[in-house]
Amino acid sequence: MTTDLVRSSAAELAGLIASGEASAVEVTRAHLDRIGAIDSRVHAFLHVDDEGALAAAADVDARRAAGETLGPLAGVPIAVKDVLTTKGVPTTAGSKILEGWRPPYDATIVRRLREAGLVILGKTNMDEFAMGSSTEYSAFGPTRNPWDLDRIPGGSGGGSAAAVAAYEAPLAIGTDTGGSIRQPGAVTGTVGAKPTYGGTSRYGLIAFSSSLDTPGPCARTIEDAALLHAVIGGHDPADSTSIPAPVPPVVEAAREGASGDLAGVRVGLVRQFAGEGAEPGVVAVFRETVEALVKLGAEVVEVSCPHFEYALPAYYLIAPSEASSNLARFDGVRYGLRVGDDGTHSLEEVMSLTRDAGFGPEVKRRIILGTFALSSGYYDAYYGQAQKVRTLIGRDFAAAFEQADVLIAPTTPFVAFPFGSRTGDPYQMYLADLFTIPSNLYGGPAISVPCGLSDGLPVGLQVMAPTMADDRMYRIGAALESVVPQLVPPAL
Amino acid sequence: MTTIAPLSYEQAIERYEPVIGLETHVELGTRTKMFCACPTDFGAEPNTQVCPVCLGLPGSLPVANRAAIEATIRIGLALNCTIASWSRFARKNYFYPDMPKDFQTSQYDEPLCVDGWLDVEVEGELVRVEIERVHLEEDTGKTLHLGGATGRIHGATESLVDYNRAGIPLVEIVTRPVPGTGSRAPLVARAYVTELRDVIRTLGVSDVRMEQGSLRCDVNVSLNRPGQEWGTRTETKNVNSLRSVERAVRSEIMRQAAVLDSGDRIVQETRHFSEDTGDTRPGRSKETATDYRYFPEPDLVPLAPDAAWVAELKAALPESPRLHRRRLQEAWGLSDHDMQSVLNAGAVELIEATIAAGASPDAARKWWMGELARRANETGTELSSLTSPEQVAALQRLVDEGKLTDKLARTVLEGVVAGEGTPAEVMAARGLEVVSDTGALTAAIDEAIAANPAVADKVRGGQVAAAGVLIGAVMKATKGQADAKTVRELILGRLGS
Repeated sequence: MTTDLVRSSAAELAGLIASGEASAVEVTRAHLDRIGAIDSRVHAFLHVDDEGALAAAADVDARRAAGETLGPLAGVPIAVKDVLTTKGVPTTAGSKILEGWRPPYDATIVRRLREAGLVILGKTNMDEFAMGSSTEYSAFGPTRNPWDLDRIPGGSGGGSAAAVAAYEAPLAIGTDTGGSIRQPGAVTGTVGAKPTYGGTSRYGLIAFSSSLDTPGPCARTIEDAALLHAVIGGHDPADSTSIPAPVPPVVEAAREGASGDLAGVRVGLVRQFAGEGAEPGVVAVFRETVEALVKLGAEVVEVSCPHFEYALPAYYLIAPSEASSNLARFDGVRYGLRVGDDGTHSLEEVMSLTRDAGFGPEVKRRIILGTFALSSGYYDAYYGQAQKVRTLIGRDFAAAFEQADVLIAPTTPFVAFPFGSRTGDPYQMYLADLFTIPSNLYGGPAISVPCGLSDGLPVGLQVMAPTMADDRMYRIGAALESVVPQLVPPAL
Repeated sequence: MTTIAPLSYEQAIERYEPVIGLETHVELGTRTKMFCACPTDFGAEPNTQVCPVCLGLPGSLPVANRAAIEATIRIGLALNCTIASWSRFARKNYFYPDMPKDFQTSQYDEPLCVDGWLDVEVEGELVRVEIERVHLEEDTGKTLHLGGATGRIHGATESLVDYNRAGIPLVEIVTRPVPGTGSRAPLVARAYVTELRDVIRTLGVSDVRMEQGSLRCDVNVSLNRPGQEWGTRTETKNVNSLRSVERAVRSEIMRQAAVLDSGDRIVQETRHFSEDTGDTRPGRSKETATDYRYFPEPDLVPLAPDAAWVAELKAALPESPRLHRRRLQEAWGLSDHDMQSVLNAGAVELIEATIAAGASPDAARKWWMGELARRANETGTELSSLTSPEQVAALQRLVDEGKLTDKLARTVLEGVVAGEGTPAEVMAARGLEVVSDTGALTAAIDEAIAANPAVADKVRGGQVAAAGVLIGAVMKATKGQADAKTVRELILGRLGS
C-alpha cells in the first residue's frame, strides 16, 4: 500500500482521500517514511517538518469527516523549495547566512497551499539563493539525481525535482529565474512549469532577480502540474508585479491535451536552438519528439529568433545586478548569521565579516558582477544594454508567436552531468540555462516535459507559450505525455 | 595649512556672490507607510509599527501607497511643476543599519514632478525660486548611538535602531541653484522654506514640523567672485529650524569666503550645522562619495498618473498661502507690519476662523494676538491648543452685547482656557456679568456720593476728573462688574456736570 501511495499521482491521491480510501494522514506518513528511508542518499530536503505535516493532514481528515467540501488537492503532500518563507519553519535559501532563521510569515503561495489543504512535508535543497544549475552551490551539500546518485539533479531547484522523481513527494514548488524549475525537471525526468511572470505571486519568495523570479509547479504528470498551478496562481495584491487576471484554464488544457489530438496546433521550432549548442544525444531525442508531435497532428513550422543568442549574456548582467541589490539586506544586523560582533570590530567590519562568511563563492561572484554592472560609468554599457537586449528578445517572441501557437526547443543542452564536472568553469555551468533563459527575459510561460532517454538519462522538451497563454503549454505537454512512456528511475 | 583670517558677513558679501540651493524632505501625514499598511503615528514605542515589508525581511515586497502618490502630485502642482505621465521608483543602494533592505526605494531619473517654481517674499520683494524636481521615497529608521561622547556612531559602544520611521513616505523637493540674491541669500533661504512649509500645510498633506523632523532641510551654498563661474558647493545637513536655515547659510557664506580669501579651495562635502555654535562642521566628503548604483525598482510597476486625475487634483488645489495672505491682509485692513506679526504668531487660520464665527477682524486679532499670544508665550504652548475660534467669537459676542466689559472678558477667557466651559458658562459660574440693573447701580452711586461729599462738590463745580474717585467706589461696590463708562455717565448726570 505504501509503495502504491508514494508512486501515485497527486490527482490519484486526492481521489483516494476524497473517497475515503486513504486518509491524508496515511498518505503523509507514507511519504514521510519514504523520505526517512532514502533521503540520506538523495538529500532532496534541507528540513523535514514531520510534525507540521501530520498535523496539517489530520486537519484535512477532520474537515473531510465533518463534511466540508475540500479542494482538488486537499490532503496531498508537497515539498517546498527552501526559498519560500514558511511561518515558524526554517527557511535558508540554501545559504549559511540564513541558517536558523524562522520567518514570521508565510509566502502567499505557501498560504494558498495551506488553504487548499495541501500538506507541506518540508523544505527542499537548492543552489544558494537559487544561483546555480546543479545544487552543488547549496551551502548544505548537493542533492543527488535519483537516476544516478553520482550526477547532479539540476538546479537551482534540484531538491524539488529530485524529491518528486524519487517519490518522496508527488508535488513540489520550485522557482524559475533562468531555468531553475525546467532544467531540474528535464534532468530528473519530471514535469517542471514556469508560469507567466506575474501569474504566480513572489510575495515571500526570497528574491534573487526580482524581474525574473517566477514560482511554479514540479510534478510527475502534466495534470498534476496544472492542478498545482491552478492552486498557487492568480492575482496577489501583496505583489505589485502580479497580474490582476484569473489563472489561464491550465487544468482544462491538460485534460484536453491528454486526448492526444494536436490537430490545428502550430508548433514553432526555434531555428537557433534546434541543433546548435546541445549534445548529440539530446538533439536526437528532441528530433524524435518533434516527429511525435507531428504524428499527433501538430503543424511544425520553423521560426527564427535572432536575438536569443544574446539572452545568456544579457541574463548574466540583469540577474546579478538585481541580486547585488536584493542580497544587500543580509548584513548581520537584523536576522541570520552575524560574525565579528565581539566589541573589537566596527559596524562596517561586522557587515563585511558576516557577508564573507555567510555567502558562498557563486553568490559572491554574482554580487560582484552585478555591483560592477550597475556602477556609475558602466551602467549604460552593461545593465542598460542588457535591458535593450531584453526588449529585442520580447520582440523575437512576439514575431514568432505570429507564426506559431507555441515554440519548442530542448529544455537544456545536456543530460545530468557528474558532480564536479562544471564547477571549475562558471560559463560551462551557465550554459545549462542556454535554452530556458529567453522565456524568463520575455516573461512568458514555459514547461519542461519528459520526452525520452539519452544513454539512460532523461531528456526534456521545452514548450514556450505567449504571456498568459499558460494553458497552451499544458495542452502540448499532455498530448506528448500520452505517447511518451513514463520515465521511471531505477529503484533506490 | 594656511591660516584663515575670519571675515565679517559684510566683507564676505562684498567680495563674493553666493549661490544657494535647498533640498527639503517632507514626511507625509498618510495614515499608513509608503509600501505597507503599518501605521505612521509619531512617538510610538520603538519597533512597534513594523511588519515584514518595512523591516525588509527576506521575501517581502512593497506595494505603493496611493494616498502618498496623490499627496506628492498635489505638492508638485502647488509648486507649479509638470506632473510626469510616466515615472518610476529606483533603488538607491548603500549599506546602513537604519535602512532595512540596505537600499532605499526612491526616485532617480524619472521623478513624479519636475520644473516648477515658488515665489517668495523677501523684504517686500518677490523672488522666484525654481524647483527642479519633487519626488517620492521612503524614510529610514532612526539610529541611537550610545556610549560615545558625540552621539555619532564613532566611539559608540552600542547602537539601537528603531524601525518605526522606516518606510514612512517622504517627499523630496529640490530647487535649482538660486543665484543673484547677494546679501539676502540667508533671508531668501529662510523665506523659501517658510513659504514651502505654508504651501504644504495648506494642502494638508503633512504637519511639516521641523522640530519633529517631518520637515527637514539641507542647504547648499557656493561662492564665486563677481563675473566668474559658480564655485564648489557644500551641503549642510541637520538644519532643524527656520532660524537655523538662515544662520546656516550665513555662517557657510562667511566660512567659505574666509577659506577662499586665504587662497584655499572649497572641498565638496557634506557639513553639519550646530544649533549651539551656529556654524557648520565637516561631515563625510563627497569626493569619495558612495556610488549609489541607482536602477529602476523591479518590485514596483511604473507610475503613470492619469491626466484626468491630475487635472482633477489641480482644479481642487487650495489658494496659495501667499495670495491668501494678501487677500486677508486687505480684508482685515492690516499694515504689512501687523500682518507679519500675525504670521509670525501662526495666528492666521485662527483669526480667520474666529471671523468666520462672527467676530470682527479687529476683535479677532485683538484676542489672538493679545491675551492669548501672551499666554501661549508664557506657557510655551501652541496658540491653537489654548481655545477655539468659536469660543473667542462667543466671548466677543458677550462683550458686544454689553454683558462683559473688556476687563471682565479677560477674566472669563482665563476660565475658558482653564477648561471651565464656554464663555457664557464661565461668566455665569463665576458671576461675572456686568451689573446693568440701573436700580442696583443707582443705589451704589447714591452711596458713593453720600460717602464722599467733598468729591461730589468738586465734580459739581466742574472738576470732572475728580469723578474717578466716585467711579472707583462704585466699581468696588459692584465688584468690578459694572461698565465703568456707564457708571461715569450716570455719576456725571446725577451731579449735573
